Amino acid sequence: MPARRRFVALLAGMAVGPLLPAPLARAQSDPLLPLIRKITGGGPVRAGRVAIDTPRLADNGHSVPLRVSVESPMTANDFVRSITLLSERNPRPLMASFHLGAYAGRAEVVTRVRLNGSQRVLALAQLSDGSYWSGMAEVEVTESACLDAT
Amino acid sequence: MIARVQLPREAKRGEVIEVRIAIQHAMETGFRYDHAGKAVPRNVINSLVCRYNGAEIFRAELGSGIAANPYLQFYTVARASGEIEFTWIDDAGARGSERASITVVE
Repeated sequence: MPARRRFVALLAGMAVGPLLPAPLARAQSDPLLPLIRKITGGGPVRAGRVAIDTPRLADNGHSVPLRVSVESPMTANDFVRSITLLSERNPRPLMASFHLGAYAGRAEVVTRVRLNGSQRVLALAQLSDGSYWSGMAEVEVTESACLDAT
Repeated sequence: MIARVQLPREAKRGEVIEVRIAIQHAMETGFRYDHAGKAVPRNVINSLVCRYNGAEIFRAELGSGIAANPYLQFYTVARASGEIEFTWIDDAGARGSERASITVVE
């Protein structure tokens, strides 16, 4: 390969370089980020261990069944302390927080939420060691709950 | 406020049991307007506590993002026979409670 072509390829590589951590960039512009920071106290949040189970398509945003579960042995020294449900598009993004303990036996909560339109729903779990884990689900809402009177 | 708590009637000691509660409540968001065009003030059940023989086993802080007539389902380990009691309070200061009993066998 001629030196000039190699140089051009290198330039192209440099241009792409800064764009590479795309998920990170997206996370930084996330409207929920300030709220997440407030909950975790600025600590790191790792993706994983938390699963949200909702219908992919909800006819009505007024009542969407939602099951959140966290992978945890739920023993006396390794359990889920709390689970927080956040909505990307609701006028009040903090939907609920649940406090559990080792005595729960299983880290799982089922409820029904209101969703103001199609969006991602985020669950944040705090484990007994203080670490935070998150899970996400995408919900398509045909008729929104019109929470903000629009 | 009418509520219904559902538990298995009987469980083995150490078994993980499902606890369910449904409460009749509008969970008014505060974003709605009545017929006269006046904003309906927010009134949601903002906090709910569940105790098993007096010891707290579950606590929830709810917001307007929880659907009307809130339903909650969670789990706990059956430790002893006795009562599981829920108490809650809404933004208007109205309190409610409901209980159910369980028999734990060896």
